[in-house]
Amino acid sequence: MKVEEKVKNIQPVECEAPNMQESKDGLLKYLIIGILFGTVFVKAEIVSWFRIQEMFRLQSFFMYGVIGSAIAVGALSIFLIKKFNIKTMKGETVNIPKKEFRKGQIIGGFIFGLGWALTGACPGPLFAQIGSGFTVILVTLVSAIAGTWVYGRFSDKLPN
Amino acid sequence: MEQFIEWITQPWPWYVAGPLIGLTVPILLLVGNKSFGISSSLRHVCAMCVPANIPFFTYNWRKEMWNIVFVVGVLLGGFFATTFISNPDTIVVAESTQQDLAALGITDYSKLLPAEIFNWENLFTGKGLLFFVIGGFLVGFGTRYAGGCTSGHAIMGISSLQWPSVVATIFFMVGGFLMTHVLLGPLMKMVGF
Repeated sequence: MKVEEKVKNIQPVECEAPNMQESKDGLLKYLIIGILFGTVFVKAEIVSWFRIQEMFRLQSFFMYGVIGSAIAVGALSIFLIKKFNIKTMKGETVNIPKKEFRKGQIIGGFIFGLGWALTGACPGPLFAQIGSGFTVILVTLVSAIAGTWVYGRFSDKLPN
Repeated sequence: MEQFIEWITQPWPWYVAGPLIGLTVPILLLVGNKSFGISSSLRHVCAMCVPANIPFFTYNWRKEMWNIVFVVGVLLGGFFATTFISNPDTIVVAESTQQDLAALGITDYSKLLPAEIFNWENLFTGKGLLFFVIGGFLVGFGTRYAGGCTSGHAIMGISSLQWPSVVATIFFMVGGFLMTHVLLGPLMKMVGF
C-alpha cells in the first residue's frame, strides 16, 4: 500500500482547507496577520452587535459595504494571482480548494444565520470580542466549539 | 500627528475596513498557500482536545496550527485596538435601528456590545442561555454544517467564484433576517427584556 493511501485511511475526513504543516517560527506571521485583522474588526465596529442588527434590519449600507468591498478586493487579487501566475513566497503555485455543493450549505447556513443575528458575531468577531474585554463571550465561544463537536459527532446522520 | 491619532481612533469607514479585510485573502494565499477561513479553527480545537474517535475530528490538526495561531492573533488584535486606539465616543448606528432596539429594551450604546445583554450577571439566566449558549451553539453547529462562515464562504468562497459559497451566504442572510425580524422580539420577551 502506498504511503498516501495509508494516510487517507487514517484520515477518513480531510479538512476543508488541507494545508502543509508549518514550522513554529513560520507560524509567527499568521499571528501578526491575525492581529492586524482583529484590529480592523474592532476599529470598523464589525464586531459590534449593533452593526449586525443594523445590517439585518437593512437600515445601513455599512456592513454591506464592508463585505462587498472585501469580496471585490479578494476577487480582484485572486484574478491577478491566476492571470499572472503569481507564486507563493515559497515558490508554490497558489492552490484554492474547490468547494463542493452540499445540502449543509443550505441547512447549516440557515442555522448559522440564526446564531449570527443572536450573538452579533460570526466566528472571527467572537475572538475579537473576547480580546476587546467582553470576557463573557468566552461562554459563547465554548458553546460554539460544542456546536461544532455535536455537528462532527452526528454529521453522518444529517442530510448532507 | 494629532490628526493621525484622531483619525485612527475614529471608527474606520467601510471603504477602508472592507478592502483591508479583502486583502487578507491574497496575503494568506501568498504567504503560505492558506485559504482564508475562521470557523475551521473551532473544528481544530475539537480535534485537538476532544476528538473522541469521531472520524470528523481524527485528522492531523497539527497541520492546521496556523489557523489557531491566526485566531489567537484576532483576539490580540481586538485587545490592542480596544486598549490603545479605541473610539472614545458611543457607537452611532442608524436612527431607525436605535428605535427598533429601544422597543426591545436595548438602549446602552457605550460599548461595542449592548451592556444589557452581554455581561456576566446574565450568564445563569434566560438571557445568557439565549444569547451565549444557544447563540454560540447555533454559530458553531451551523458554520461547520455549512462548511464555512462569513470569511470562508462569503469572502474567500465568493472571491474565488465558487457558487456553493453564494448559496451558503444567501442562507446565512435568510437565517439572520428570520431571527432579526420574526424570532428575536418574542424570544427576548420570553427571557425577560
